Amino acid sequence: MTTTTLPPGKKTEPVSAPPGGLSDRSRAERRLGWRLAGPAFVVMLAVTAYPIVQAIWYSLFNYRLTDPQNRSFIGLGNYGVILTDSLWWQAVAVTVFITVVTVVVELILGFALALVMNKALQAIRPILRAAILIPYAVITVVSAFSWAFAFNITTGFVNSWFSWLPGIGTDTDWFGDKWTSLLVICLAEIWKTTPFISLLLLAGLAQVPDVLQEAAMVDGATWWQRMWRVTIPNMKAAIMVALLFRSLDAFRIFDSIFVMTAGANGTESVSFLAYRQTISRVEIGLGSAVSVLLFLSVMLIAFGFIKGFRIDLSQARGER
Amino acid sequence: MSNAAGHERSGRGSPAVSRGGRRSRRPGVASAATLLVTAGTLAACGSGGSGGTPTLTWYINPDSGGQAKIAASCSEESDGAYTIETSVLPRNSDAQREQLVRRLAAGDESIDIMSLDVPFAPELAQAGFLAPIPDDVASEVSEGVVQGSLESATWDDELVAVPFWANTQLLWFRKSVAEAAGLDMEKPVTWDQLVEAAQDQDKILSAQGRRAESLTVWFNALIESAGGHIIDKNSTDPDKIQLGFDTPAGERAAEVMHEVATSGAVGPAFSTSSEDTSASQFESPDAGFMVNWPFVWAQANTKVEAGTLEQSVPDDYGWALYPRVDEDTPSAPPLGGINLGVSKFSNYVDFAYQATECITSDENQADYMITNGNPASSAAVYDDPDVQENYPMADTIRESLEASAPRPLSPYYSEITGGLQREYHPPAGVSSSTGQQADDLISAVLRGDQLL
Repeated sequence: MTTTTLPPGKKTEPVSAPPGGLSDRSRAERRLGWRLAGPAFVVMLAVTAYPIVQAIWYSLFNYRLTDPQNRSFIGLGNYGVILTDSLWWQAVAVTVFITVVTVVVELILGFALALVMNKALQAIRPILRAAILIPYAVITVVSAFSWAFAFNITTGFVNSWFSWLPGIGTDTDWFGDKWTSLLVICLAEIWKTTPFISLLLLAGLAQVPDVLQEAAMVDGATWWQRMWRVTIPNMKAAIMVALLFRSLDAFRIFDSIFVMTAGANGTESVSFLAYRQTISRVEIGLGSAVSVLLFLSVMLIAFGFIKGFRIDLSQARGER
Repeated sequence: MSNAAGHERSGRGSPAVSRGGRRSRRPGVASAATLLVTAGTLAACGSGGSGGTPTLTWYINPDSGGQAKIAASCSEESDGAYTIETSVLPRNSDAQREQLVRRLAAGDESIDIMSLDVPFAPELAQAGFLAPIPDDVASEVSEGVVQGSLESATWDDELVAVPFWANTQLLWFRKSVAEAAGLDMEKPVTWDQLVEAAQDQDKILSAQGRRAESLTVWFNALIESAGGHIIDKNSTDPDKIQLGFDTPAGERAAEVMHEVATSGAVGPAFSTSSEDTSASQFESPDAGFMVNWPFVWAQANTKVEAGTLEQSVPDDYGWALYPRVDEDTPSAPPLGGINLGVSKFSNYVDFAYQATECITSDENQADYMITNGNPASSAAVYDDPDVQENYPMADTIRESLEASAPRPLSPYYSEITGGLQREYHPPAGVSSSTGQQADDLISAVLRGDQLL
């Protein structure tokens, strides 16, 4: 592939490493580092690791919150129930569908928005950026409600505004069918989280060195060539980070589905299943098992991205 | 509104005073957990009482301020024995249950009295979250209460909650449409007749086809009207509950549901239509018939007062008992409403039960019915002249309540209603095999073999 990137900057090696390991000074620095980071580390353990471990522990029990006396250890029984249930696989399929559709559309839209923001006149750039960011500042439940109301058959305006389109009439019931429900759910997600992707991509665009663009221009490269050969290869890390974060986020979708369909017509996501078992049915064991499986899926996505696309997070931060 | 009122009250006392008050009443507790609970208690209710007056916290469902008003008047009536504060639960009844179950499972002492939607009492009672009702209170509060309400407040042959208000669905009809269709609404009508009349007149027959509790309400009324029950044989052991979906009555209920949903007379978007959708459909010129709770009457009149609805619309409203499934079998209308539970973890169970007697007094129920539109559970209230004046359909409501059938009473209610909603939604897709599927699914869920 003929892409143009800058050669990796040479790292400054220590001039002379003292023989026999760490010097007193670096040992002291390391201690200081631990002391500074320690409290945050402990807090992270308490608020993240502890609940995760507890969920894994609970997932091995048949445990109903209203019937704690009959709590019994069933090993991996809950996982067996979940993984042999078609409802689980249907929820996984719906979740994957929403994740793929929203992330792909958001990436394209987000990239376009990032380009606009990047190229916009200095004077209007702050206003433009704020305008693009507004949807991201809206609470997901609020955004879900506004989309639900917009598409609602009695309170919504969508049916009357778009009735000139084929297939849409004044009594089109958007939430009465699986695919139209999913369409609205995806639209709401895309509207809300595209700004997130575009912000990350904007940061990536800013990292593309102007010298390369100028060199390409001098060589007579067209706009497309510069985009494909210069811009995108140089911001690959930013793109991958944006994709990774959004995929992890999208896979945990809950609010929009809860508000719009409450899981009707086969629109349940994996998070929704976890909610129904844990919160509605107060089956802590089964619900924890669903949550653990959700956690594993998210881990798998993160792992897949990092290994599969060789993303280096520190690279995206511009450290290397 | 009621929310704001509750917060105003809780802000009254200074936190320092209330903390001292709480601690002194609970000697010998030093564990961190208790401190956490105390902190939660303070945050939740504020405990605004002055000096040593116990403060009872009443978790209420959102209403138009009626329960907060009753709380204030009962505090006054107690002559300083206790004060009642209200704390508002979520709007949605599932969310109310979720919050209460979670708090009770954690032994939350801040809850004294709870407004429980009618299907919730068995679950909380079975889990041991409700304080036993003293015999004298039990006989006092169950006197003159309509049958359905009493049944829904009873679990394992014991009264476990105090009936407060009772709700029931009526068959609402536009007098003009019924007349044009030649239906004699003085006599009981069937679903078949309604479907036919709505089709003939090209009007809407409004019901609730949404995947929500309202679907269970509808299905339960249908199966009970057909002479069956969702739970054929009840048990506290989930494995031994025998379901009645796959019975002739269950099949008949599914048949009616399917017939109504596919009649073409239910209006657009039936599979997402709620009680509110029905109410607004019934105010439209296409309205014909509707099954719904009595709030529609108050709502239409409020709109007339606000000038957004013609007076001629509510004037055209007629009401009758819930439609029958079969011509010769009386209907079993849906039952709703609120019962009051007293938490086992309350520090003032005796006061709390005293308070429930005050809250559910006939005067308070009558006042609540007139101001908030929620029908009383005490039969005598319907003879109150003020009630009769405000609710011309008061006698029909009482009659409907007497005939009503509660939804299945079970500690596993959320599994049953969740499974039912999964199988019977969308109503147009219901067939003769749905009963078998619902039976299989819910049994498997109760056994722990399947997800819901």
